[in-house]
Amino acid sequence: MEMREIISTGNELAAIAAVDAGCMFFGGYPLTPSSEVMHVISDLLPKKGGVAIQMEDEIAGICSVIGAAMVGQRALTATSGPGMSLKAEQLGLAQMAEVPLVCINVMRGGPSTGLPTRVSQGDILQSKNPSHGDYKSITFCAGSLAECYTEVVRAFNVADRFMQPVIVLLDETIGHMHGKAVIPTVAEVEAGIVPRKKFDGAPEDYFPYGVEHDEPAVLNPMYEGYRYHFTGLHHDKHGYPTEEIETCRKLIQRLEDKVALHEDEVESYEEFMMDDADVMIVAYGSVSLAAKESIRHLRADGIKAGLFRPITIWPSPATKIKEYADKIKNVIVVELNIGQFHSEVQRASARLDIEGLFKVNGRPLSPHEIVSKVKEVF
Amino acid sequence: MAFNYEKYLRLEKMPTLWCWGCGDGVILKAFVRAVEKMGLDQDDVCVVSGIGCSGRFSSYVDFNTVHTTHGRTIAYATGIKLANPSKHVICVAGDGDALAIGGNHTIHGCRRNIDLTMIIINNFIYGLTNSQTSPTTPKGMWTVSQKAGNIDPTFDTCDLAIAAGASFVARETMLDPKKLEKAMVKAMQHKGFSMMEVLSNCHINLGRKNKMVSAMENLEWIDSITMPKKKYDALEPAEQLNLLATGILKQDTEADEYCEMYAEIQKVHQGKRKPIGQADFAKKI
Repeated sequence: MEMREIISTGNELAAIAAVDAGCMFFGGYPLTPSSEVMHVISDLLPKKGGVAIQMEDEIAGICSVIGAAMVGQRALTATSGPGMSLKAEQLGLAQMAEVPLVCINVMRGGPSTGLPTRVSQGDILQSKNPSHGDYKSITFCAGSLAECYTEVVRAFNVADRFMQPVIVLLDETIGHMHGKAVIPTVAEVEAGIVPRKKFDGAPEDYFPYGVEHDEPAVLNPMYEGYRYHFTGLHHDKHGYPTEEIETCRKLIQRLEDKVALHEDEVESYEEFMMDDADVMIVAYGSVSLAAKESIRHLRADGIKAGLFRPITIWPSPATKIKEYADKIKNVIVVELNIGQFHSEVQRASARLDIEGLFKVNGRPLSPHEIVSKVKEVF
Repeated sequence: MAFNYEKYLRLEKMPTLWCWGCGDGVILKAFVRAVEKMGLDQDDVCVVSGIGCSGRFSSYVDFNTVHTTHGRTIAYATGIKLANPSKHVICVAGDGDALAIGGNHTIHGCRRNIDLTMIIINNFIYGLTNSQTSPTTPKGMWTVSQKAGNIDPTFDTCDLAIAAGASFVARETMLDPKKLEKAMVKAMQHKGFSMMEVLSNCHINLGRKNKMVSAMENLEWIDSITMPKKKYDALEPAEQLNLLATGILKQDTEADEYCEMYAEIQKVHQGKRKPIGQADFAKKI
């Protein structure tokens, strides 16, 4: 793959990625520490004929994004925890009506207003189920500057493949980190764009939601002669509201299965020095950078540690986690929350002796802290 | 020749869930007649609705239709409009939908003056959810959430829209569908944010507990509180107190429309014009 180098921040790279991936609409609201995404994209989008609008609140931001996506555009919003809480209901509509979009969440300390300018990974569980009801969330987590770019690009393609929102988690550290990123060229990104499926038969044969049990809806762009109905209500194959028992059951089961039966398509993780590891450190986002550094120190001290880093957080790489947890006794999850992904590693591995190093004071974890904890518990 | 409603309706969705005698059906018919009069292709129209009885409006008409969440109609429609400004986007919402939970979006839709037509069906109550107080419920009326009588002051939808910057504001009632149809055409023809308030009845969930048991009684009450703008303007302020003016209350064809202004933003970034400055605007603050 042809690559290029950009010196920038995580937030700026995320905005550039969206535009390169064909995004034509941004709707959002200022929210620290994500605002730079809006600052950058509000210059880039109008340049290529797109629209970036600062709406009156977080809710309106995502509503406008869903609206543009319904018309047929690739659309983005960016926010942080408080904004995610406000956007939750609309994310539910996008799940129910199967409207693809990308939502970047640059995590800061919570709950509530929390620590606006400081780092956290407290939104892991929120991103699994931001809205009420059953659906299968897809969430990626960038662990480097380059991934702020590549994961946003991937998110747009995956959103169109599964016809639903894809959340990309950055954290304050990654979002504001400044440095060199080696990323694919625009030509490579454009060559990799897979637009959403389109029906091109006769309008009377078109049933946007009349698809197989594990397939996403096929939603044609608006204004092209295929008039149909979007709704957050339970709906039939036309999109019309219904309470018919079997139709309701099948719809919700399909929202689950369209992702659950194709998890391999979105699964993504990094294994770092795992080949001979006696200690598995599970970390993601900016913490994984400290974890990699700690592994070098641990190995220098004779402890064979390795890193397992989920990039796709939801659905989690549970099979791979289990595979490692079955053969490695010492497993520790290191994260900037009180065990949000730890509980997932427990579930995936079916083990209750998974160790944890958690930090929730808004400060990053240092490699030294990880080294000390590993030496203490194993 | 009889009007061909079937062309515009999703007959398989009939009958509607609206109660017998409900004004929503009359408003729906006036709307499709207005669309026909505008000569619009159904493919070029998007109807966006919120939650409530009025929220079902979008599922009954054969256009590109979007049934959104409670209160967010204008926010969704803003994205829909900006994604393709050449198409017609019409919002339909109720009084609770547009003025309570969605009040913020209503204000800012008006302020932006984006080219949307907003039809607010005001029946003075939360009808679908059984009679809770809405921001337009008259003081002293019985509601299920204020059984001792409503003490909440009422919003005047049109005053609000005018103050917030909508460039077209009109009010009609469902009592005169022909007049309503004409007003809707004018609202849709207008470039900019058009607020079209339509007063309607809910004899089931407002009327029955407020001495307006039938649709007719509810409509007579609406008739008694409305007056054409010309007559209304001739009254003393004290006489206007409990009346609502009907007709076109504001029309400003000079106001900057948001999509057109955004096209200028695009030109700036494309190097086709200098940045927008205060000198570009007649009204600066």
